[in-house]
Amino acid sequence: MTQLCDPAQRRHWLGVLAQASPVELEQHLARRALPALHWLRRPETGLMMVRGRAGGTGAQFNLGEVSVTRCAVQDDAGRLGVGYVRGRVGRHAELVALFDLLLQDDIQRADLLPALIEPLAARQRAARATAGAQAAATRVEFFTLARGD
Amino acid sequence: MNAPLLPGFAQPEDHAQRVFRLLLDALARPGRVQTLPFEFAAPAPLAPATGAAALALLDYETPVWLQSADSAPWLRFHAGCPLVDDPARARFALIDDAGAMPPLSAFAQGEPEYPDRSATLLIQVAGFAPHASTERGPTLRGPIWSGPGIADEVRLGVVGLPDGFWRDWQRNAGHFPLGVDLLLVAGAQVVGLPRTTTVREA
Repeated sequence: MTQLCDPAQRRHWLGVLAQASPVELEQHLARRALPALHWLRRPETGLMMVRGRAGGTGAQFNLGEVSVTRCAVQDDAGRLGVGYVRGRVGRHAELVALFDLLLQDDIQRADLLPALIEPLAARQRAARATAGAQAAATRVEFFTLARGD
Repeated sequence: MNAPLLPGFAQPEDHAQRVFRLLLDALARPGRVQTLPFEFAAPAPLAPATGAAALALLDYETPVWLQSADSAPWLRFHAGCPLVDDPARARFALIDDAGAMPPLSAFAQGEPEYPDRSATLLIQVAGFAPHASTERGPTLRGPIWSGPGIADEVRLGVVGLPDGFWRDWQRNAGHFPLGVDLLLVAGAQVVGLPRTTTVREA
């Protein structure tokens, strides 16, 4: 039995996969051999409450509900691949679960991390930086001047 | 690493609703044998009907007491229910070996203001003997069930309950409206035994 993989690393690739485009994942999956597996939980869509903190440090508040689709797949060794994605695209959740399963295998991981996860992560970082820069350019600072009444 | 888990319902909405209906019928018609309308595989030591009932009834708000922990990973994955060690804190109890079960009074009995805050016990038995009374003589004659949901009375033997179980059941009825409700399970069959049902040994 192999060791369980590092939770932080797994969290990272699950996040990257969940934000990737399903079409791209599908193309990449077509080039991979899948192990024998069975679906433990078919894709199902539900609502999750997103919570936030004002300014990142304030009190928690409910931001709103978001639809989330999840599924789970298992291979014969008992490894469990899970997929949680925003939205209602069942196939996207399936793809995330399949890649999560593959990434838990040491040999597959050595290949998949540089071939799939790192390029996707770099592109997502760049897109976030662009969006952040565009938003920062519209930033307005407010000053209050003391009035001498 | 985890051992492979069994899947849940093949058609989650449809199957969960049909099982829920079956359990409603079982409790509305005590003493009548209900049969699971589809094939279902539950992990040992759970019987198919116990597993199906668990998936239909349990969720994150129902603390569950398990007699044997073997099915815990499966239940936690599919039902997401909290598991408790103290039978008195559980809303549902899954009992696979009726011979070694705690007395009924060990489970939550409800409160006088809220009798519904009690436990529902799923007890696995060896089988039911609804027609044993006529042919084989008096030894196989089942006890007589009566109460709401039963026209006059009905005879139903339950195979595999511990000695003194029916006395324990009478004590349970003595605290009405407090008490526990039971679902007796044998394979794919379920019989409801709510606290309103009186069972007399013939």
